[in-house]
Amino acid sequence: MTLASSVASTSAPRVGVLSHPWVRFGLRRLGRLLVSLWVLVTASFLMIHLIPGDPVRAALGPTAPPALVAARRADMGLDDPLLVQYWHYLQHLFTGDLGTSMISQLPVSQIVSQRLPATLQLALLAFLAAVAVAVPLGVLMGVLTRRGHGRRTELAFTTSSVVVGIVPDFLVGVGLVYVFGVNLGWFPVAGNATPEAYVLPVLSLAIGPAAILARIIRVEMVSVLEADFVRTARAKRLPARAIYLGHALPNALTASLTLGGLLLSAMVAGTVLVENVFAWPGLGSTIVSSILNKDYQVVQAIVLVYGVGVLVVNTLVDVALALIDPRSTIRED
Amino acid sequence: MWRRWTSVLRTPLGVAATALTLAVLVLAVVAPMIWTDNANAVDTGNILAGPSGDHWAGTDNLGRDILFRTLVATRLSVELALAATAIAVVAGLVLGTSGFLLGRRAGRLISAGINIAVAFPGILLALFFAVIFGVGATGAVFAIGLAGAPAFGRLTHTLVAGIESRDFVSAARIAGVGRPRILVRHILPNIAEPLVVNATIGAGGALLSFAGLSFLGLGVQQPHYDWGRLLFDGISSIYVNPAAALAPGAAVLLAGLAFNLFGESVAKGLGVGVVGGIPALPPAPPALATEEVSVVEAHHEDTDLVLDVRDLEVTFPGRRGPIRPVRGVSFGVRRGEAVGVVGESGSGKSLTALAVSRLVSETGRVDASRLELLGTDLRASDSRAQRQLLGTSLAMVFQDPMTSFNPTRRMGSQLAEVARHHQGMDRRSALARAVDRLRSVRITEPERRARQYPHEFSGGMRQRAMIGMGLMGTPALIIADEPTTALDVTVQQQVLDLLQAIREADGVALVLISHDVTVVGEVCDRVLVMYAGRIVEDLPAGALATDALHPYTRALVAAVPDMDTDLDQPLAVIPGRPVDPADVPPGCAYAARCPLASARCRTEDPALVDAVPGHRVACWHAGEPIDVEVADREQVRVP
Repeated sequence: MTLASSVASTSAPRVGVLSHPWVRFGLRRLGRLLVSLWVLVTASFLMIHLIPGDPVRAALGPTAPPALVAARRADMGLDDPLLVQYWHYLQHLFTGDLGTSMISQLPVSQIVSQRLPATLQLALLAFLAAVAVAVPLGVLMGVLTRRGHGRRTELAFTTSSVVVGIVPDFLVGVGLVYVFGVNLGWFPVAGNATPEAYVLPVLSLAIGPAAILARIIRVEMVSVLEADFVRTARAKRLPARAIYLGHALPNALTASLTLGGLLLSAMVAGTVLVENVFAWPGLGSTIVSSILNKDYQVVQAIVLVYGVGVLVVNTLVDVALALIDPRSTIRED
Repeated sequence: MWRRWTSVLRTPLGVAATALTLAVLVLAVVAPMIWTDNANAVDTGNILAGPSGDHWAGTDNLGRDILFRTLVATRLSVELALAATAIAVVAGLVLGTSGFLLGRRAGRLISAGINIAVAFPGILLALFFAVIFGVGATGAVFAIGLAGAPAFGRLTHTLVAGIESRDFVSAARIAGVGRPRILVRHILPNIAEPLVVNATIGAGGALLSFAGLSFLGLGVQQPHYDWGRLLFDGISSIYVNPAAALAPGAAVLLAGLAFNLFGESVAKGLGVGVVGGIPALPPAPPALATEEVSVVEAHHEDTDLVLDVRDLEVTFPGRRGPIRPVRGVSFGVRRGEAVGVVGESGSGKSLTALAVSRLVSETGRVDASRLELLGTDLRASDSRAQRQLLGTSLAMVFQDPMTSFNPTRRMGSQLAEVARHHQGMDRRSALARAVDRLRSVRITEPERRARQYPHEFSGGMRQRAMIGMGLMGTPALIIADEPTTALDVTVQQQVLDLLQAIREADGVALVLISHDVTVVGEVCDRVLVMYAGRIVEDLPAGALATDALHPYTRALVAAVPDMDTDLDQPLAVIPGRPVDPADVPPGCAYAARCPLASARCRTEDPALVDAVPGHRVACWHAGEPIDVEVADREQVRVP
């Protein structure tokens, strides 16, 4: 299949405990994660070297004395051969050393650890809000528009969810700021000092994905309700609740999760724009100001953190998928 | 191709998206020509003013008109989005076709790389490239273009892989045509359409992403401006003049939606057509002919009836009026009796079973003058008591055991569920009962098996588990719809034996639906022969081989090859084709295929009447000799 899976399969010979489907599944996913991580780390390392010109000169500005630039280059090891620099980069990563900001002279790891919690809170709350809305809405719409039912409801729901799903999070944010901040004055529109300040940023991030997820869940629900095993459940004369939630939903969620997983990692990245709408003191506003300041050490580290976040989310989605539908561990053999 | 593209105009959403897309494109061309001067005019007396008669959307910090600036910005915004899309498509094409051009090994490596890149959200890739290419419009075009490349690469790769295996590509390859030439001449023309559609959707995405980058201050830089830049400038003064942020925001949104929805509508138009409305069912017809009711009066006096069905009809809404695949079926099943139902596919036998067990999908309507299980009327609306009766006294066995179990639940819990809901058992005792039932259907190691998932069972085992699930209650009737059709020949007999054993041990009645006359003849006491939604003959299984009266039954029996069949001769067949339920002819439905048909058969439908006690038939010419040669002349097989 992919490079990742071929790596995993060579490390998982079919003997003893290693032939257990769950163990092999775990190894395969671990292999894929490690390969992706390596690509990510290498890309973030190369980023500084791909920038045309001298990144130190760019950061310090054209008026900085050449001696200072040379000294800073030496500090950062930029004059070493590329492979040596790569080796040092990996070594430092393992010890949690992300370098020093060229602008503020603070350790990058300190900047990241100060900013990360705000971003994590935002992404996590938005994720919970999106799921909390999308799952009941999708299931309800699926039941209401199952075969032979609710054509009008289906058209109205599909059209509105398509439109809402396309609107990018930062525009939702601008709209929310205008309505609830400027006009109504109900919620603060900047910072994260009070619990109320969370409302608008979380909503901006959650609304689009919630609409898309609800639409996916509805489609899956409608097709699952046609499945033979739902007829079996009906033949067992289970109450409607048990049929919809006990039998149809887990199967509808399996397929929804596969597509929804991409949505979740998009939400992690979506914090970048939303944070800039709401002056949210997280990684997203930091990365943008660092790009504009040419503070490449910080940019490099934050790109890495976002990338790791995406990979972790994707892996968690895969594992959740396997737990809900055990066939998916077998299917890839 | 053009006709299919214009199909987008058939939906209101498609029309709106097309109109909006055209409007955006026209504005992109025209706006800068007309309004550039107005957009750059500085009005120092009106700095950061709100909307007024002179400036409909107010002014910015230099007193320039927001509305004109928004209109003029259309060109740059659209240009940049299209440029980025072009880069994404070209880079995606290179990535996606490189596997085909460079051979398997390099192709695998590239597709692995694409898969990894696709996992990262576009905005993250765009930021990464924006750092490398530098802040500004050019850098942003490359950043957004390259960020979109992996997705297009994957799409191209998938499309190429689909075409690559086609015969005409193999033929070209055998003819010695080089790979680049095959790609240009044969593959690209065939994948152009989906690529263009996706590029349109991609352009909408690029427009929105570009606005995002400019909004972050990483895209277009002053003195140039696109919508994102105007938004970036406007949001800082949103409390002073909200229109400065809202006008460009609305423009981005409308344009992005237009491209996106236009692409989506075209994609839908190229795919599945839109389904039109289907008229609703008319109100229920008045009570059915009394003639047939009197015929089955004899059954009613029988207090031993487990199932009593009279004048059963199933109706579905159809395009040209209601379709009635089951047209008045009456029969009874006694305690412990095995009744077989045979007929060609489409004869309504499965639907009869579903209607009796109240499992017809909600689009269909079931009518009957009597429908009783163990003396309880099943026609009444769904009540808890009725659910409990059906759940415990009626067991269903479906055709495909593969798909009839929920793949995400353990076997044991799927069986236990019945006892939990209908017998009020707790989890532990319900599971113990499930294990016991699995054992009773001869599944070895039932404790271990109960913890497994359906995919870990073999087909025959799954069907036995399905029967075991029916035995969770105390069934008086098992309805088995083609229970062995999907199974391996070697396990078919096991399943039939199991059903037989249950019947004998517990006096359970069985309705066995099958297209296989032989199986039904072996297992059942009595056979119902169905044709075009009616029972045409109801006879003892023993009479099937020699004493069948209806010409259709006799044709079915004759079509079964036996040890004496001369295999050099073509197999016997029933001439003609089954009746379309949407178009049932007047008179006897079988008349068109019947060698005995007379003028009366084509106008008057024969009722199901007793020929001898215990043997009913619906035929004007029941038992008359058939001229064999007539039946053998045509060559249509029994499905």
